[in-house]
Amino acid sequence: MSDLEQFRAQTREWLDANCPPSQRLPVMEFDDKCWGGTKWRFVNEEQKIWLDVMAERGWTAPDWPAEYGGGGLNKEECKILREEMYRIDARPPLFSMGLSMIGPALLQYGSEELKRQHIPNIVKGKIWWCQGYSEPNFGSDLAGLQTRCEDKDDHFLVNGQKVWTSYAERADWMFCLVRTDPDAVKHAGISLVLFDMTTPGVSTSPIKLISGNSPFCETFLDNVRVEKDQLVGNINQGWELASYLLTHERAMIGNMGHTAASEKSLHQHAIDVAGGLENGQLADTALRTEIAQWEIDILAFELTQERIDDETKAGTGTGATSSMLKYAGTELNKQRFELLTDIHGQAGLAWEGEAFDNGLLASQWLRTKGNTIEGGTSEIQLNIISKRILGLGQKG
Amino acid sequence: MALVLNEEQNMLKESAQGFLSEHAPVAQLRQLRDERSELGYDKATWQQMVELGWTGVLVPEAHGGLAFGHVGMGQVMEENGRTLTASPLLSTAVLAASAINTAGSEAQKKALLPAIVDGSLLLAVALDEGPKYRPALVSTTATASGSGYVLNGEKQFVCDGHIADKIIVSARTSGDAGDEQGISLFIIDSATPGVEIERVYLADSRNSSMLRLKNVELGADALLGEKNKGASLITYLANIANVHLSAELLGMSQEVFERTVQYMKERSQYGALIGSYQGLQHRAAHMFSEIELAKSVVIKALQALDNNDPQLSLLASVCKAKVSEVVTLVTNEGVQLHGGIGMTDELDIGFFMKRARVAEQQFGDRRYHVQRFASLQNY
Repeated sequence: MSDLEQFRAQTREWLDANCPPSQRLPVMEFDDKCWGGTKWRFVNEEQKIWLDVMAERGWTAPDWPAEYGGGGLNKEECKILREEMYRIDARPPLFSMGLSMIGPALLQYGSEELKRQHIPNIVKGKIWWCQGYSEPNFGSDLAGLQTRCEDKDDHFLVNGQKVWTSYAERADWMFCLVRTDPDAVKHAGISLVLFDMTTPGVSTSPIKLISGNSPFCETFLDNVRVEKDQLVGNINQGWELASYLLTHERAMIGNMGHTAASEKSLHQHAIDVAGGLENGQLADTALRTEIAQWEIDILAFELTQERIDDETKAGTGTGATSSMLKYAGTELNKQRFELLTDIHGQAGLAWEGEAFDNGLLASQWLRTKGNTIEGGTSEIQLNIISKRILGLGQKG
Repeated sequence: MALVLNEEQNMLKESAQGFLSEHAPVAQLRQLRDERSELGYDKATWQQMVELGWTGVLVPEAHGGLAFGHVGMGQVMEENGRTLTASPLLSTAVLAASAINTAGSEAQKKALLPAIVDGSLLLAVALDEGPKYRPALVSTTATASGSGYVLNGEKQFVCDGHIADKIIVSARTSGDAGDEQGISLFIIDSATPGVEIERVYLADSRNSSMLRLKNVELGADALLGEKNKGASLITYLANIANVHLSAELLGMSQEVFERTVQYMKERSQYGALIGSYQGLQHRAAHMFSEIELAKSVVIKALQALDNNDPQLSLLASVCKAKVSEVVTLVTNEGVQLHGGIGMTDELDIGFFMKRARVAEQQFGDRRYHVQRFASLQNY
């Protein structure tokens, strides 16, 4: 038996023995996904057990180095682990911005001390990380951010305001972009720092959206003391790190266009509630055409995700396609919910009431409007494609 | 199956690109048009295509071909789209070769396939009887007579009809125009008495024709496939045609897009390159995104042809619908972003727009395939 075959057999046996039954059920509610952190309330004992046993082996972050608590697995082993978890419908034991964003950045740019301090806690799900990027006056023009970070010899002092901080109220630590050199060209004066959300001077306030309550918050930073060893990378290197992190975020949001196989198709919604079939065709023929066009587009989009993934694996990819996927995927997701609310008519716009799922659809529809704004607007993605891929932009 | 080309498919694509850009660029089509070429294609170029093996890509080795498959052929078609090279490749080497290989008797295969491969035989496929693709609207009749058939009727917009040695024709052996069933396919020698072919000039400067059949007498061996059961073969041929036309249209989209972006980097107005204006940049970036989507549906559908994918019809319609939408966008934007020069005959962009619209119409336009997609999904 080859090493990989042996790894697969052992992994299968271990997962079978250790993944609790409730952690093999589909994720239905927000809390079914474990986000970890000091304020996390496990939905049941099994959710905690599953996190602990997986974290023990470093399999919450299987490809991270073992010396910091990661799984230390190579690419093939990671793939086998994914396949074996998929085989028994095992839930990922942990979701977090620690795993998907700040962790990879720390491994890439962080000092040895920072890695030793933070990476093991991310792997174990002990700390919930939030992201301090956007500011009230600096959204798309993120590099213009004005949150000040002054050097006070033995510490930094941070003053300013962040906005669109998801889950700031539940988070333990923030990774935050701050201005360390107000005189430099804007991209050149930014740094990335880390601090505990319980530090005096940090306060948060939730943001209500057009779709209702949301995890987003405003975060106010008023004379916040940040230790000097909590600077990631070098001083004024923050923009490079932010770009690295944003590419990760874009890929995640673009993926929203992807519909789950279990999800009911648009045309089935239309058959069920929008007049049904006449002679085998949707009675509303204009709607039929629009749904078919959208379903063709989403298939083309999913095939493109697949193709770009395959090209990356084969080493023939042209790169810089995350902006294209983010742009196309989020625009399609908005169209999907426009069609879906149309199909359901006024019932699709209901805001309350058991009979209407407490207004879930209307709230989802409105929330999708943010997809083409968050993580860089569609217009910003088009700018990136124009400049980085097409080479347009010089005034000549 | 990974949505990428293998090494051999890549090599075929590169050799097609090298050959066509050197020997058959858009200038060749322009010259054929300006000279009102009688053949409508360049014989020497065609002979070289034969020598490159392109006529044998879809023919089994037993009949002298290379059996290289549709993904490979699709790369050749895509490169042909970039250069707008006029040739009988689609009618003879893709459609007729596939029809005979799929439905032909052993005798038909033996007689015709090697002659397709060696370039000595040209064929056309005549299904339409009107300006839109409606394969069941067949009024042309094939009446049993003695041991054979007598054909009467008129086929329209037959691609490469006037240069073909033989034409594959759909005719009704039972039922009425509009019926799905009762259609049969026949292979007619163009020299048969009663066959009249009139060349038709379309905007794309490629070959088209009207075909009149007046008491054309055929032997029983002219039947291709089963009598009355031509519908499924026609569906299969249309799937093949739509996927390969899409590959050609994808090549055209990419070429027009690249030429347009290049122009945006050269043309100055108000003291700045027009490519520096965001209003134009976003239109270019949107086209880039759409072309990425088109690439994926084309390679998926080509693979579906090679794998006999049960979803072939669905994927062929997705492919033609999406690529038609994209090429319409890109050719329209190509002219607009070039401005006044884009309207001139001197610039090649117009040739792409004209060819695109004809290829979009052949075997069903975007709307036809959007509707077909819905029907195939039972709604």
